[in-house]
Amino acid sequence: MKVAVLSGKGGTGKTMLSVNLAAASGPSTYVDCDVEEPNGHLFFKPDESFGETVSVPVPRADRDECDGCMACVRFCRYHALAYSLDRLIVFDDMCHSCGGCAEICPRKAITEHPREVGVFRTGRSGDVSVYTGTMNVGEAAGLPVIRRLLEMTAFSYGKNIFIDCPPGSSCSVMECIKDADFCVLVAEPTIFGAHNLEMVSELVRVFGRPYGVVLNKVIENERDPSEEYCLDNGLPILGRIPFDIGLGRTCSEARIASRENVVFERMFREIFEKMTEMVSR
Amino acid sequence: MKMIVPVEGASGNSEISGSLGRAPYYLLYDTEAEVSTYIENPVADSPSGAGVGAAQTLIDAGADVLLTLRCGDRAYEVLREAGIKVFLAISGDAESNIEAYLQGRLSEFASVHEGHHHGAV
Repeated sequence: MKVAVLSGKGGTGKTMLSVNLAAASGPSTYVDCDVEEPNGHLFFKPDESFGETVSVPVPRADRDECDGCMACVRFCRYHALAYSLDRLIVFDDMCHSCGGCAEICPRKAITEHPREVGVFRTGRSGDVSVYTGTMNVGEAAGLPVIRRLLEMTAFSYGKNIFIDCPPGSSCSVMECIKDADFCVLVAEPTIFGAHNLEMVSELVRVFGRPYGVVLNKVIENERDPSEEYCLDNGLPILGRIPFDIGLGRTCSEARIASRENVVFERMFREIFEKMTEMVSR
Repeated sequence: MKMIVPVEGASGNSEISGSLGRAPYYLLYDTEAEVSTYIENPVADSPSGAGVGAAQTLIDAGADVLLTLRCGDRAYEVLREAGIKVFLAISGDAESNIEAYLQGRLSEFASVHEGHHHGAV
């Protein structure tokens, strides 16, 4: 089963939950798609045995072949190309690597060249395979690195895959959930948290994915706007993670609660079992 | 010499636009012929890269000088490559800016802003 863990805002507990789910339901695969600031590896401390750079193709024009017809400039809807004084100017960071300019050039003057945008690494931590993507500093788009990661983990070979998504509900999140069997929405008990829960729940409904909510940082007998939103709108609640100082400390010390504490291990496994049940239904 | 001013409207004496890439029109003033024409900005609503698209429009129009309130780094690079001089305009209408330029009261851009880079994903 492929599980995407997402939330509308940062800091709700996506990494905490995906790391602990992966650890509690091994053998499994943990994929850190939060490529702007991946930190699941801080918990797993995997023996990173394999790494590779991620590149995207960008166009270059042969000045002898280019006759300045500007078909490519007109074609590029991202305006990554401009033509001035016999020279094609390419803005690499605006290019979406669609390859259309090379395709459309009547003189075949454009060729594509790789540009490095990030790296991914894989390694093991106990019975968990850890995949981490990191985009290069200054890059605008994490999507190429995310795509490479998901390509690498497209086949589960019977293992459960946990995708730690970037925060929000943008295209990089859509990429992460589009092939998921189940989406877990992590929410915290604040008005802001409930608002962001609403946004991501709308997104997963658009994608028609089965989903459930894990309420995090739950304080007994305190109002929880995210829980209220779930109850008012019929969102299934998979579990409640308490606002617990011990769990908080374990996380801030980059340790994995479900590997150290049977109570937490049981709690995360129960959350996972509830998803499995919902998917098989 | 051909001068360009990004403007808000396509008639009369329009206000200068606060944006180079998103201006709805460009006023093209030909100093020799003393003729003004308006060019519609084809990339005004583009999700991204409007600055570069606008610079291309200016090159294609044969501009020599641009009077603008702002100019992003990418657009500036394209304009510089094409030898178009960029002058810092004053807020107000297009006519007063052209007048100020012709009287030598405007100065060339010393720096560019990093741009808004709309639509970056």
